[in-house]
Amino acid sequence: MADAGDAATDVDKFIGEPVEPRSSGALVANEAAPGVPRQEVEAVNAKANRPLYEARQKVHPKRARGTFRSIKWVVMVVTLGIYYLLPWLRWNRGDHLPDQAILLDFANQRLFFGPFEIWPQEFYYITGLLVIAALALFLVTSLAGRVWCGYACPQTVWTDLMIAVERFWQGDRNARLRLDKSPWTFDKIYKKSATHLSWLLIGVATGGALVFYFRDAPTLARELVTGTAPAIAYLFLGIFAFTTYLLGGIAREQVCIYMCPWPRIQGAMFDQDSLLVSYRAYRGEPRGPHKKNDTWQGRGDCIACRQCVVVCPVGIDIRHGPQLECIQCALCIDACNDIMKKVGRPQNLIAYDTFRNLAAVEAGEKAKFRPIRPRTVLYLVLIPVILALMMVGWMNRSELDVSVLRDRNPLFVRLSDGGIRNGYTIKILNKRYDPREFRLSVKGLDAAELDIVGLEDNETPTISVLPDNLRSMRVYLSLGSDAVKQLSDEATPLEFVVTDLGDSAQSARSTTFRRPKQ
Amino acid sequence: MVDKKEIDDVTGVELTGHVWDDDLRELNEPLPKWWLWVLYVSIIWSVGYWIAYPAWPTASGYTKGLFGYSQRTTVSEEIATANQAQAKFRQAIASAELETVRAEPELLSFSIAGGRASFGDNCAPCHGRGAQGFIGYPNLNDDVWIWGGKLADIHKTILFGIRSGHPETRDNAMPRYGLEQLLTKEQINELAETVLAFANNATDKAAAERGKAIFAEQCVSCHGDEGKGNQELGAPDLTDAIWLYGGTKVAIVTSISTGRGGVMPAWNERLDPVTIKQLTVYVHSLGGGQ
Repeated sequence: MADAGDAATDVDKFIGEPVEPRSSGALVANEAAPGVPRQEVEAVNAKANRPLYEARQKVHPKRARGTFRSIKWVVMVVTLGIYYLLPWLRWNRGDHLPDQAILLDFANQRLFFGPFEIWPQEFYYITGLLVIAALALFLVTSLAGRVWCGYACPQTVWTDLMIAVERFWQGDRNARLRLDKSPWTFDKIYKKSATHLSWLLIGVATGGALVFYFRDAPTLARELVTGTAPAIAYLFLGIFAFTTYLLGGIAREQVCIYMCPWPRIQGAMFDQDSLLVSYRAYRGEPRGPHKKNDTWQGRGDCIACRQCVVVCPVGIDIRHGPQLECIQCALCIDACNDIMKKVGRPQNLIAYDTFRNLAAVEAGEKAKFRPIRPRTVLYLVLIPVILALMMVGWMNRSELDVSVLRDRNPLFVRLSDGGIRNGYTIKILNKRYDPREFRLSVKGLDAAELDIVGLEDNETPTISVLPDNLRSMRVYLSLGSDAVKQLSDEATPLEFVVTDLGDSAQSARSTTFRRPKQ
Repeated sequence: MVDKKEIDDVTGVELTGHVWDDDLRELNEPLPKWWLWVLYVSIIWSVGYWIAYPAWPTASGYTKGLFGYSQRTTVSEEIATANQAQAKFRQAIASAELETVRAEPELLSFSIAGGRASFGDNCAPCHGRGAQGFIGYPNLNDDVWIWGGKLADIHKTILFGIRSGHPETRDNAMPRYGLEQLLTKEQINELAETVLAFANNATDKAAAERGKAIFAEQCVSCHGDEGKGNQELGAPDLTDAIWLYGGTKVAIVTSISTGRGGVMPAWNERLDPVTIKQLTVYVHSLGGGQ
């Protein structure tokens, strides 16, 4: 395969109804190889088996065991652990501020991330984080396909959890199939309701954990239990409890196949050199049951046991080749490796492999792996660049901000002595966790008299601002009639300078002083 | 229509029997069941809705519905909730002196914010959105006050108005020298020149000199010997740069002839005491407050 344009044709080679000849001889009925049962399963969500107008056929994934299943358990424990426990992590910020490490305090317009605190006007830090997250996702995808979908996506993680719960109450695949077919006995009602109740409880815990990110967790937990929490908390708890139950428990793979845009974007994300969960058709075909002492010469390693189909959580057959429905969870790799060990063939008939490499090996060429490619390099470089930009931004983040809004109605006021006065609204933002005191001065219009509403009595007024807060003030600049006559322009530029009385830090904003036409 | 059911060869679906342009036929694909059920449920739902909520007009009003829902009630409740949320500040303002309200940064911000809103609702039609005033309606931003610019003065003006008819209203009347022929045209001209001369704007110095006698006779009792005015009586300062009705000779002649006499309503009958206090602090904060 020389260039990327051949991808479709090459892929087509792997697709199509496989021939599964009946073995004659020493195999027990429904055995694919001695001791390996042939699974009665259909890849219900394979595109060919999925007509437009048909109700969903439930997928009953069998439990898989192996390397990738273990990795998935670890990822599940870590991600769910982070999700459920993070709001309970404390972070001391002093007396005036919340002590929750991660708190999206919309009510007070602050976002807290451990040592970082973001004001609404600094939301671009969140944009930066999202850009980095997107680039990391692109990088991982270009290297190893839908790793996000297979391991870390909440839909996958929660579905995995829901399936584990289902297995706990109802048993593995065959037991579940039997239970679904059986009449409504007490046993069935008991097992089914226990399953759904557990799902709902997981849903409530999920929704419950979500709202803790938006309000002090211990306080909110108490309020939720005593029924005094804000209605919006119950609403979002309910929404997320319901969607967790619905999407993770009931809808499952349909979310990935029909609702999620990400599979559609994949075409642009991975390429010939991305490692994807692949069935090595060149090694597996022609497939067929294998009986003891039969030769492996002239046939493929695939014994058509359908273990790969039976463990698949989305109900497809990986042997049809790459397909949109596949979330690349790699459970079929585990299932197949298990069987290969039993029949004494090499591992990794299904494995992470690239299109280019599959084609190369099939053509008898040397294995070709190119993890370093323009796109992976680009993503890898962009991530630290953006991170560095954000860090520079953060280190230069001022803890003192001033905003000046000059009055526009009226633009100026004529005073009794013929002088002119301009009005301004000045806001001082104190982003520190201590109270601070400031002095306001004017640069560029020395003759002007400065008045701060509420502080006129003081010659040199001290403006105190509470910790992590802002103070808004009305400020007037007045100019005597003689000084006004000396202004050459209708609008004279000037600067308001705010000085911290503690450490002399300064922040200035420029504005204008206006006079009528003369 | 055909009696026998026709089946489309290609799709195997029944045909409706309609034919256009010789050979265009329509497959009989009924609406999906779920869609129909949504329709039926919606119809049933709407009946419940009519019973539960206001729905049908009647001769004298409308059907109120079981829940007694009304958007008016909702608004009243929301306003009550908002007032409840402001109660802490409103109570503090109600019981505090105006000077205290102004000295407390929180009460000051609350008063300015609330005062600005009330000002827009009640005062802006005459005084302007930015309190900049118009001819005959004073600019509240400047440092000139006809009836006084201290908090207490402003409070009283808002409470009882000017020439409003309220027993405690601020009241005065400048004689209508021209209309009631108290002065001749020539005298009014001389008097206007005298008034203009206070700010060195006289066009006819000799007339201004002649008018001084008239001013001493007619005007000083309210406007003072030097025309500086008197806030006790609501007599404007004639020497400064601010003119309520304009500082041109025509405007001054008109003022002398007609006496002017604008009216401001008494707001204590229309606004609650806390709102009036907020308005007082707001107007005082516009820059001219004394």
